[in-house]
Amino acid sequence: MAIDTTTDLQHTVEDAAAHLYVWSLKDIPQDLRDALSAAREKETSVPGKRVLETIHKNINIADSEKNLVCQDTGIAVYHVRVGEHFPLHPARIYEGLRDGTARATVEHPLRSNAVHTITRENTGPNIGHRLPIVHWEFIDDWDGLDVKCVPKGSGSENMSFLKMCVPADGVKGIKQFVLESIVGAGGKPCPPGIVGVGIGGSADYAMYLAKEAIMRPIGTRNADPIVAQLEDELFGLLNETGIGPMGLGGDVTVLQCHIEHADTHMTLNPVAVNYQCWAARRASAHISATGDIDYDREF
Amino acid sequence: MANHEVTFPITDPQEILKLRAGDEVTVQGHIIGIRDRTQIRIFDQGVEPPMDLKGAFLLHTAPNVRKIAEGKYEKICIGTTTSARMVRFTEPLGRQYGVRAICGKGGFPDEAIEPMHELGMVYFAIVGGAAALETTQIEEIEEVAWEELMPECLWKFRVKDFGPLTVGIDAHGNSLYRDVQTRAKAKLEELFARL
Repeated sequence: MAIDTTTDLQHTVEDAAAHLYVWSLKDIPQDLRDALSAAREKETSVPGKRVLETIHKNINIADSEKNLVCQDTGIAVYHVRVGEHFPLHPARIYEGLRDGTARATVEHPLRSNAVHTITRENTGPNIGHRLPIVHWEFIDDWDGLDVKCVPKGSGSENMSFLKMCVPADGVKGIKQFVLESIVGAGGKPCPPGIVGVGIGGSADYAMYLAKEAIMRPIGTRNADPIVAQLEDELFGLLNETGIGPMGLGGDVTVLQCHIEHADTHMTLNPVAVNYQCWAARRASAHISATGDIDYDREF
Repeated sequence: MANHEVTFPITDPQEILKLRAGDEVTVQGHIIGIRDRTQIRIFDQGVEPPMDLKGAFLLHTAPNVRKIAEGKYEKICIGTTTSARMVRFTEPLGRQYGVRAICGKGGFPDEAIEPMHELGMVYFAIVGGAAALETTQIEEIEEVAWEELMPECLWKFRVKDFGPLTVGIDAHGNSLYRDVQTRAKAKLEELFARL
Protein backbone atom coordinates (compact mmCIF):
# COMPACT_ATOMS: atom_id res chain seq x y z
CA MET A 1 0.00 0.00 0.00
CA ALA A 2 2.82 2.36 0.92
CA ILE A 3 4.52 1.55 -2.38
CA ASP A 4 1.37 2.35 -4.35
CA THR A 5 1.01 5.73 -2.66
CA THR A 6 4.60 6.57 -3.53
CA THR A 7 4.16 5.55 -7.16
CA ASP A 8 0.92 7.48 -7.54
CA LEU A 9 2.27 10.63 -5.91
CA GLN A 10 5.41 10.50 -8.03
CA HIS A 11 3.22 10.31 -11.14
CA THR A 12 1.21 13.26 -9.85
CA VAL A 13 4.43 15.30 -9.49
CA GLU A 14 5.43 14.21 -13.01
CA ASP A 15 2.03 15.29 -14.41
CA ALA A 16 2.31 18.64 -12.63
CA ALA A 17 5.84 19.27 -13.91
CA ALA A 18 4.89 18.38 -17.50
CA HIS A 19 1.91 20.74 -17.35
CA LEU A 20 3.79 23.57 -15.62
CA TYR A 21 6.68 23.53 -18.09
CA VAL A 22 4.45 23.95 -21.16
CA TRP A 23 2.00 26.27 -19.43
CA SER A 24 4.76 28.60 -18.25
CA LEU A 25 6.20 28.82 -21.78
CA LYS A 26 2.85 29.85 -23.30
CA ASP A 27 0.92 31.87 -20.76
CA ILE A 28 2.94 34.46 -18.85
CA PRO A 29 1.73 35.45 -15.36
CA GLN A 30 -0.66 38.33 -14.72
CA ASP A 31 1.76 40.36 -12.57
CA LEU A 32 4.19 40.37 -15.51
CA ARG A 33 1.46 41.36 -17.99
CA ASP A 34 0.52 44.26 -15.72
CA ALA A 35 4.14 45.39 -15.35
CA LEU A 36 4.68 45.28 -19.13
CA SER A 37 1.47 47.27 -19.70
CA ALA A 38 2.61 49.89 -17.20
CA ALA A 39 6.00 50.03 -18.96
CA ARG A 40 4.26 50.61 -22.30
CA GLU A 41 2.38 53.58 -20.80
CA LYS A 42 5.50 55.04 -19.27
CA GLU A 43 8.03 54.69 -22.10
CA THR A 44 8.68 57.82 -24.19
CA SER A 45 11.51 56.82 -26.59
CA VAL A 46 10.42 55.88 -30.14
CA PRO A 47 12.41 52.60 -30.41
CA GLY A 48 11.48 51.77 -26.79
CA LYS A 49 7.78 52.21 -27.45
CA ARG A 50 8.09 50.13 -30.64
CA VAL A 51 9.65 47.30 -28.61
CA LEU A 52 6.98 47.38 -25.89
CA GLU A 53 4.17 47.50 -28.49
CA THR A 54 5.68 44.46 -30.19
CA ILE A 55 5.95 42.62 -26.86
CA HIS A 56 2.28 43.36 -26.17
CA LYS A 57 1.30 42.06 -29.61
CA ASN A 58 3.47 38.98 -29.13
CA ILE A 59 1.84 38.07 -25.81
CA ASN A 60 -1.62 38.33 -27.40
CA ILE A 61 -0.58 36.15 -30.34
CA ALA A 62 0.92 33.53 -28.01
CA ASP A 63 -2.47 33.49 -26.21
CA SER A 64 -4.59 33.22 -29.37
CA GLU A 65 -2.33 30.77 -31.25
CA LYS A 66 -1.49 28.82 -28.09
CA ASN A 67 2.15 29.14 -29.09
CA LEU A 68 5.28 29.67 -27.02
CA VAL A 69 5.92 33.29 -26.01
CA CYS A 70 9.65 32.84 -26.73
CA GLN A 71 11.41 30.11 -28.72
CA ASP A 72 14.01 29.59 -26.00
CA THR A 73 12.48 26.84 -23.89
CA GLY A 74 15.31 27.48 -21.47
CA ILE A 75 16.84 25.34 -18.82
CA ALA A 76 14.10 23.96 -16.54
CA VAL A 77 14.45 25.37 -13.03
CA TYR A 78 12.02 24.40 -10.28
CA HIS A 79 11.47 25.89 -6.86
CA VAL A 80 9.77 23.39 -4.56
CA ARG A 81 8.48 23.76 -1.04
CA VAL A 82 8.16 20.38 0.65
CA GLY A 83 6.09 20.01 3.79
CA GLU A 84 7.77 17.83 6.41
CA HIS A 85 4.76 15.49 6.37
CA PHE A 86 4.36 15.28 2.57
CA PRO A 87 4.28 11.53 1.97
CA LEU A 88 6.87 11.37 -0.87
CA HIS A 89 10.64 11.46 -0.42
CA PRO A 90 12.48 14.35 -2.16
CA ALA A 91 14.47 11.79 -4.20
CA ARG A 92 11.17 10.64 -5.76
CA ILE A 93 9.94 14.24 -6.10
CA TYR A 94 13.10 14.96 -8.13
CA GLU A 95 12.45 11.95 -10.35
CA GLY A 96 8.91 13.14 -10.96
CA LEU A 97 10.10 16.64 -11.92
CA ARG A 98 12.75 15.22 -14.26
CA ASP A 99 10.38 12.78 -15.96
CA GLY A 100 7.72 15.49 -16.33
CA THR A 101 10.22 17.85 -17.97
CA ALA A 102 11.29 15.14 -20.42
CA ARG A 103 7.71 14.11 -21.19
CA ALA A 104 6.61 17.67 -21.95
CA THR A 105 9.63 18.16 -24.22
CA VAL A 106 8.91 15.01 -26.23
CA GLU A 107 5.13 15.23 -26.35
CA HIS A 108 4.68 18.92 -27.26
CA PRO A 109 7.43 18.81 -28.82
CA LEU A 110 9.69 21.51 -27.34
CA ARG A 111 13.20 22.43 -28.44
CA SER A 112 15.69 20.50 -26.35
CA ASN A 113 18.54 22.71 -25.17
CA ALA A 114 20.41 20.38 -22.80
CA VAL A 115 23.96 19.49 -23.85
CA HIS A 116 27.05 17.98 -22.20
CA THR A 117 29.02 21.00 -21.05
CA ILE A 118 32.27 19.86 -22.73
CA THR A 119 31.29 17.73 -25.72
CA ARG A 120 28.22 19.94 -26.43
CA GLU A 121 26.29 16.80 -27.43
CA ASN A 122 22.58 16.85 -26.65
CA THR A 123 21.85 14.90 -23.45
CA GLY A 124 18.13 14.30 -23.80
CA PRO A 125 14.78 16.06 -23.75
CA ASN A 126 15.81 19.04 -21.58
CA ILE A 127 17.28 16.70 -18.97
CA GLY A 128 20.84 15.57 -18.27
CA HIS A 129 23.42 15.25 -15.54
CA ARG A 130 22.05 17.49 -12.73
CA LEU A 131 19.30 18.83 -15.02
CA PRO A 132 16.65 20.00 -14.32
CA ILE A 133 17.77 22.28 -11.50
CA VAL A 134 15.75 22.29 -8.28
CA HIS A 135 15.75 24.80 -5.44
CA TRP A 136 14.52 23.02 -2.31
CA GLU A 137 12.75 24.52 0.66
CA PHE A 138 11.46 22.46 3.59
CA ILE A 139 8.42 23.58 5.57
CA ASP A 140 7.76 22.57 9.16
CA ASP A 141 4.43 21.16 10.28
CA TRP A 142 2.84 20.85 6.79
CA ASP A 143 1.89 17.97 4.52
CA GLY A 144 1.72 19.77 1.15
CA LEU A 145 4.03 20.33 -1.82
CA ASP A 146 4.35 23.53 -3.86
CA VAL A 147 6.07 23.41 -7.24
CA LYS A 148 7.07 26.43 -9.29
CA CYS A 149 8.56 26.04 -12.78
CA VAL A 150 10.78 28.83 -14.12
CA PRO A 151 12.25 28.00 -17.56
CA LYS A 152 15.38 30.16 -17.72
CA GLY A 153 16.42 31.50 -21.11
CA SER A 154 20.10 31.66 -21.98
CA GLY A 155 20.14 35.24 -23.29
CA SER A 156 19.45 36.51 -19.80
CA GLU A 157 21.35 33.75 -17.94
CA ASN A 158 24.51 34.68 -19.88
CA MET A 159 24.19 38.10 -18.24
CA SER A 160 25.01 36.88 -14.71
CA PHE A 161 27.65 38.60 -12.61
CA LEU A 162 29.41 38.03 -9.31
CA LYS A 163 31.67 40.30 -7.31
CA MET A 164 33.32 39.61 -3.98
CA CYS A 165 33.08 43.14 -2.62
CA VAL A 166 34.98 43.72 0.61
CA PRO A 167 33.28 45.01 3.77
CA ALA A 168 34.86 48.45 3.23
CA ASP A 169 32.97 48.70 -0.12
CA GLY A 170 29.78 48.70 1.95
CA VAL A 171 26.29 48.92 0.46
CA LYS A 172 27.61 51.54 -1.95
CA GLY A 173 29.85 48.88 -3.55
CA ILE A 174 26.81 46.62 -3.97
CA LYS A 175 24.79 49.36 -5.66
CA GLN A 176 27.64 50.29 -7.99
CA PHE A 177 28.19 46.70 -9.05
CA VAL A 178 24.50 46.14 -9.83
CA LEU A 179 24.35 49.35 -11.88
CA GLU A 180 27.55 48.57 -13.81
CA SER A 181 26.35 45.04 -14.52
CA ILE A 182 23.03 46.14 -15.99
CA VAL A 183 24.61 48.90 -18.10
CA GLY A 184 27.25 46.45 -19.34
CA ALA A 185 24.59 43.88 -20.23
CA GLY A 186 22.84 46.45 -22.45
CA GLY A 187 20.22 44.87 -24.72
CA LYS A 188 21.57 41.32 -24.51
CA PRO A 189 19.34 39.98 -21.67
CA CYS A 190 16.11 41.23 -23.36
CA PRO A 191 15.23 44.18 -21.11
CA PRO A 192 13.02 45.29 -19.47
CA GLY A 193 13.10 42.35 -17.08
CA ILE A 194 13.57 41.42 -13.45
CA VAL A 195 16.96 42.08 -11.90
CA GLY A 196 17.67 39.48 -9.23
CA VAL A 197 20.32 40.39 -6.68
CA GLY A 198 21.77 38.02 -4.09
CA ILE A 199 23.79 39.51 -1.26
CA GLY A 200 25.66 37.91 1.60
CA GLY A 201 26.26 34.23 2.29
CA SER A 202 29.16 32.95 0.19
CA ALA A 203 30.07 33.28 -3.50
CA ASP A 204 27.93 30.32 -4.60
CA TYR A 205 25.09 31.13 -2.21
CA ALA A 206 24.88 34.76 -3.37
CA MET A 207 24.25 33.56 -6.94
CA TYR A 208 21.73 30.98 -5.70
CA LEU A 209 19.88 33.77 -3.88
CA ALA A 210 19.96 35.97 -6.99
CA LYS A 211 18.17 33.16 -8.84
CA GLU A 212 15.61 32.89 -6.01
CA ALA A 213 15.05 36.62 -6.40
CA ILE A 214 14.12 36.42 -10.11
CA MET A 215 11.60 33.65 -9.33
CA ARG A 216 9.48 35.93 -7.12
CA PRO A 217 6.29 37.44 -8.54
CA ILE A 218 6.58 41.12 -9.47
CA GLY A 219 5.24 43.29 -6.66
CA THR A 220 6.55 41.09 -3.85
CA ARG A 221 9.10 42.68 -1.53
CA ASN A 222 11.82 41.35 0.71
CA ALA A 223 10.42 40.79 4.21
CA ASP A 224 13.31 42.70 5.81
CA PRO A 225 12.49 46.44 5.53
CA ILE A 226 16.17 47.39 5.17
CA VAL A 227 16.52 45.08 2.17
CA ALA A 228 13.14 46.14 0.74
CA GLN A 229 14.32 49.75 0.82
CA LEU A 230 17.43 48.77 -1.14
CA GLU A 231 15.18 47.03 -3.70
CA ASP A 232 13.26 50.28 -4.21
CA GLU A 233 16.39 52.39 -4.43
CA LEU A 234 18.07 50.12 -6.98
CA PHE A 235 14.88 49.91 -9.05
CA GLY A 236 14.84 53.72 -9.34
CA LEU A 237 18.56 53.99 -10.11
CA LEU A 238 18.49 51.24 -12.74
CA ASN A 239 15.71 53.01 -14.63
CA GLU A 240 17.81 56.17 -14.75
CA THR A 241 20.54 54.46 -16.81
CA GLY A 242 18.60 54.95 -20.09
CA ILE A 243 19.43 51.46 -21.46
CA GLY A 244 15.74 51.04 -22.33
CA PRO A 245 13.73 48.24 -23.94
CA MET A 246 16.03 45.81 -25.83
CA GLY A 247 18.92 48.21 -25.12
CA LEU A 248 17.72 50.67 -27.78
CA GLY A 249 17.47 53.54 -25.30
CA GLY A 250 14.54 54.64 -23.16
CA ASP A 251 12.96 55.16 -19.77
CA VAL A 252 12.19 51.55 -18.84
CA THR A 253 15.27 49.39 -18.31
CA VAL A 254 13.93 47.05 -15.62
CA LEU A 255 10.45 46.00 -14.48
CA GLN A 256 11.57 45.30 -10.93
CA CYS A 257 14.61 44.68 -8.76
CA HIS A 258 14.30 41.81 -6.27
CA ILE A 259 16.91 41.10 -3.59
CA GLU A 260 17.41 37.97 -1.50
CA HIS A 261 19.97 38.03 1.27
CA ALA A 262 21.78 35.80 3.74
CA ASP A 263 23.95 36.64 6.72
CA THR A 264 27.61 36.33 5.93
CA HIS A 265 31.16 36.18 7.31
CA MET A 266 32.50 39.40 8.87
CA THR A 267 35.11 39.69 6.08
CA LEU A 268 32.75 38.93 3.18
CA ASN A 269 30.43 41.18 1.16
CA PRO A 270 29.44 39.14 -1.92
CA VAL A 271 26.98 40.44 -4.51
CA ALA A 272 25.52 38.44 -7.39
CA VAL A 273 23.29 39.57 -10.24
CA ASN A 274 21.02 37.20 -12.16
CA TYR A 275 18.86 38.70 -14.89
CA GLN A 276 15.42 37.50 -15.96
CA CYS A 277 14.25 38.67 -19.42
CA TRP A 278 10.93 40.44 -20.06
CA ALA A 279 9.44 37.02 -20.91
CA ALA A 280 9.80 36.07 -17.24
CA ARG A 281 8.04 32.73 -17.51
CA ARG A 282 6.73 31.19 -14.34
CA ALA A 283 3.94 28.78 -13.34
CA SER A 284 3.05 27.18 -10.02
CA ALA A 285 0.99 24.35 -8.59
CA HIS A 286 0.09 23.02 -5.18
CA ILE A 287 -0.06 19.25 -4.65
CA SER A 288 -1.88 17.91 -1.61
CA ALA A 289 -0.83 14.85 0.40
CA THR A 290 -3.66 12.94 -1.29
CA GLY A 291 -2.42 13.88 -4.78
CA ASP A 292 -4.84 16.65 -5.79
CA ILE A 293 -3.25 19.33 -7.99
CA ASP A 294 -4.30 22.96 -7.73
CA TYR A 295 -2.89 25.13 -10.52
CA ASP A 296 -4.28 28.38 -9.12
CA ARG A 297 -2.05 28.67 -6.08
CA GLU A 298 0.80 31.07 -6.74
CA PHE A 299 3.73 31.31 -4.34
CA MET B 1 13.10 58.31 -37.85
CA ALA B 2 11.60 57.06 -41.10
CA ASN B 3 9.66 53.89 -41.95
CA HIS B 4 10.82 51.62 -44.78
CA GLU B 5 9.83 48.42 -46.50
CA VAL B 6 12.72 46.40 -47.98
CA THR B 7 12.59 43.18 -50.00
CA PHE B 8 15.48 40.71 -49.64
CA PRO B 9 17.75 39.59 -51.16
CA ILE B 10 18.57 43.09 -52.41
CA THR B 11 20.25 43.87 -55.71
CA ASP B 12 20.60 47.66 -55.34
CA PRO B 13 23.02 48.80 -52.58
CA GLN B 14 20.96 52.01 -52.26
CA GLU B 15 18.31 49.96 -50.47
CA ILE B 16 20.75 49.66 -47.56
CA LEU B 17 22.25 53.15 -47.78
CA LYS B 18 18.85 54.83 -47.36
CA LEU B 19 18.44 53.26 -43.89
CA ARG B 20 19.50 55.26 -40.82
CA ALA B 21 20.02 54.15 -37.22
CA GLY B 22 16.67 54.33 -35.39
CA ASP B 23 14.52 53.88 -38.53
CA GLU B 24 11.73 51.31 -38.57
CA VAL B 25 11.87 48.59 -41.23
CA THR B 26 9.49 45.89 -42.41
CA VAL B 27 10.99 43.09 -44.49
CA GLN B 28 9.51 41.05 -47.37
CA GLY B 29 10.91 38.23 -49.49
CA HIS B 30 13.43 35.65 -48.30
CA ILE B 31 15.67 35.57 -45.26
CA ILE B 32 18.35 33.09 -44.19
CA GLY B 33 18.50 31.60 -40.68
CA ILE B 34 22.00 31.10 -39.30
CA ARG B 35 23.60 30.60 -35.87
CA ASP B 36 26.87 29.95 -34.00
CA ARG B 37 27.65 26.47 -35.34
CA THR B 38 26.60 27.35 -38.91
CA GLN B 39 29.12 30.20 -39.03
CA ILE B 40 31.84 28.20 -37.26
CA ARG B 41 31.47 25.63 -40.06
CA ILE B 42 31.73 28.25 -42.81
CA PHE B 43 34.62 30.28 -41.45
CA ASP B 44 36.55 28.13 -38.97
CA GLN B 45 36.16 24.84 -40.81
CA GLY B 46 36.20 26.39 -44.31
CA VAL B 47 33.06 24.71 -45.67
CA GLU B 48 31.31 26.62 -48.48
CA PRO B 49 27.65 27.36 -47.63
CA PRO B 50 25.28 25.58 -50.03
CA MET B 51 23.05 28.68 -50.33
CA ASP B 52 23.64 31.96 -52.15
CA LEU B 53 24.17 34.72 -49.57
CA LYS B 54 24.57 37.63 -52.00
CA GLY B 55 22.43 40.58 -50.95
CA ALA B 56 21.02 38.40 -48.18
CA PHE B 57 19.31 39.14 -44.89
CA LEU B 58 20.60 36.80 -42.16
CA LEU B 59 18.60 36.04 -39.03
CA HIS B 60 20.26 34.76 -35.84
CA THR B 61 17.97 31.86 -35.02
CA ALA B 62 17.62 28.21 -34.04
CA PRO B 63 13.96 27.40 -34.61
CA ASN B 64 11.60 24.87 -33.03
CA VAL B 65 10.40 22.80 -36.01
CA ARG B 66 8.60 19.56 -36.84
CA LYS B 67 9.90 17.27 -39.61
CA ILE B 68 7.13 16.43 -42.08
CA ALA B 69 9.09 14.77 -44.93
CA GLU B 70 12.67 14.22 -46.03
CA GLY B 71 14.34 17.64 -45.96
CA LYS B 72 11.00 19.34 -45.26
CA TYR B 73 10.15 21.06 -41.98
CA GLU B 74 7.14 22.83 -40.56
CA LYS B 75 7.50 25.73 -38.14
CA ILE B 76 6.50 25.40 -34.48
CA CYS B 77 8.10 28.47 -32.96
CA ILE B 78 10.78 30.63 -34.55
CA GLY B 79 12.53 33.34 -32.59
CA THR B 80 15.83 35.17 -32.46
CA THR B 81 18.96 34.69 -30.40
CA THR B 82 21.60 37.07 -28.96
CA SER B 83 23.80 38.46 -31.74
CA ALA B 84 26.87 39.59 -29.81
CA ARG B 85 28.35 36.06 -29.70
CA MET B 86 28.64 36.06 -33.50
CA VAL B 87 30.03 39.54 -34.19
CA ARG B 88 33.39 38.30 -35.50
CA PHE B 89 31.73 36.85 -38.61
CA THR B 90 30.36 40.23 -39.75
CA GLU B 91 33.24 41.31 -41.97
CA PRO B 92 33.80 37.98 -43.80
CA LEU B 93 30.04 37.59 -44.34
CA GLY B 94 29.99 40.96 -46.08
CA ARG B 95 33.31 40.77 -47.89
CA GLN B 96 33.34 37.14 -49.07
CA TYR B 97 29.63 36.43 -49.51
CA GLY B 98 27.97 39.83 -50.06
CA VAL B 99 25.60 39.62 -47.09
CA ARG B 100 23.89 43.01 -46.64
CA ALA B 101 21.81 42.71 -43.46
CA ILE B 102 22.19 40.86 -40.18
CA CYS B 103 19.25 40.69 -37.80
CA GLY B 104 19.27 39.56 -34.21
CA LYS B 105 18.61 40.64 -30.69
CA GLY B 106 20.60 42.62 -28.18
CA GLY B 107 22.84 44.40 -30.68
CA PHE B 108 26.37 44.09 -31.99
CA PRO B 109 29.40 45.49 -30.14
CA ASP B 110 31.26 48.45 -31.65
CA GLU B 111 33.63 46.25 -33.68
CA ALA B 112 30.79 45.71 -36.20
CA ILE B 113 30.42 49.44 -36.96
CA GLU B 114 33.46 49.85 -39.25
CA PRO B 115 32.97 46.74 -41.43
CA MET B 116 29.27 47.60 -41.84
CA HIS B 117 30.25 51.13 -42.87
CA GLU B 118 32.90 49.96 -45.31
CA LEU B 119 30.88 47.13 -46.87
CA GLY B 120 27.41 48.74 -46.90
CA MET B 121 25.71 46.51 -44.34
CA VAL B 122 23.12 47.07 -41.60
CA TYR B 123 22.25 45.45 -38.28
CA PHE B 124 18.54 45.12 -37.59
CA ALA B 125 17.31 44.86 -34.01
CA ILE B 126 14.38 42.56 -33.51
CA VAL B 127 12.49 42.21 -30.23
CA GLY B 128 14.08 39.24 -28.47
CA GLY B 129 11.58 36.79 -27.06
CA ALA B 130 8.77 37.91 -29.39
CA ALA B 131 8.78 34.53 -31.12
CA ALA B 132 5.04 33.94 -31.26
CA LEU B 133 4.68 37.05 -33.44
CA GLU B 134 7.79 36.28 -35.49
CA THR B 135 6.48 32.79 -36.26
CA THR B 136 3.30 34.20 -37.83
CA GLN B 137 5.44 36.39 -40.13
CA ILE B 138 7.37 33.41 -41.51
CA GLU B 139 5.20 31.96 -44.23
CA GLU B 140 7.24 28.86 -45.03
CA ILE B 141 10.52 27.08 -44.43
CA GLU B 142 11.54 26.72 -48.08
CA GLU B 143 14.95 25.06 -47.70
CA VAL B 144 17.24 23.64 -45.08
CA ALA B 145 20.91 22.70 -45.42
CA TRP B 146 23.28 21.03 -42.97
CA GLU B 147 20.48 19.21 -41.12
CA GLU B 148 23.11 17.44 -38.99
CA LEU B 149 23.60 20.75 -37.14
CA MET B 150 19.92 20.78 -36.06
CA PRO B 151 18.68 23.24 -34.94
CA GLU B 152 21.68 25.35 -35.99
CA CYS B 153 21.24 24.55 -39.70
CA LEU B 154 21.18 26.96 -42.60
CA TRP B 155 17.49 27.83 -43.11
CA LYS B 156 15.71 29.65 -45.91
CA PHE B 157 12.44 31.27 -44.86
CA ARG B 158 9.85 33.10 -46.97
CA VAL B 159 8.52 36.02 -44.91
CA LYS B 160 5.66 38.47 -45.09
CA ASP B 161 5.66 41.80 -43.21
CA PHE B 162 8.59 40.69 -41.06
CA GLY B 163 9.07 43.22 -38.28
CA PRO B 164 8.90 45.86 -37.02
CA LEU B 165 12.70 45.96 -36.98
CA THR B 166 14.81 48.89 -35.78
CA VAL B 167 18.01 49.84 -37.60
CA GLY B 168 20.52 49.36 -34.77
CA ILE B 169 23.69 49.96 -36.81
CA ASP B 170 23.54 51.63 -40.24
CA ALA B 171 25.97 51.66 -43.19
CA HIS B 172 27.05 55.23 -42.37
CA GLY B 173 28.98 54.49 -39.18
CA ASN B 174 26.12 55.09 -36.71
CA SER B 175 25.17 52.72 -33.88
CA LEU B 176 22.26 53.14 -31.48
CA TYR B 177 24.03 50.74 -29.10
CA ARG B 178 27.18 52.86 -28.98
CA ASP B 179 25.08 56.00 -28.38
CA VAL B 180 23.09 54.36 -25.56
CA GLN B 181 26.27 53.02 -23.89
CA THR B 182 28.04 56.40 -24.12
CA ARG B 183 25.09 58.15 -22.48
CA ALA B 184 24.64 55.41 -19.86
CA LYS B 185 28.30 55.50 -18.84
CA ALA B 186 28.15 59.27 -18.36
CA LYS B 187 24.96 58.78 -16.35
CA LEU B 188 26.65 56.17 -14.14
CA GLU B 189 29.26 58.73 -13.09
CA GLU B 190 26.45 61.00 -12.01
CA LEU B 191 24.58 58.23 -10.18
CA PHE B 192 27.71 57.04 -8.37
CA ALA B 193 28.35 60.58 -7.12
CA ARG B 194 24.87 60.50 -5.56
CA LEU B 195 25.29 57.18 -3.73
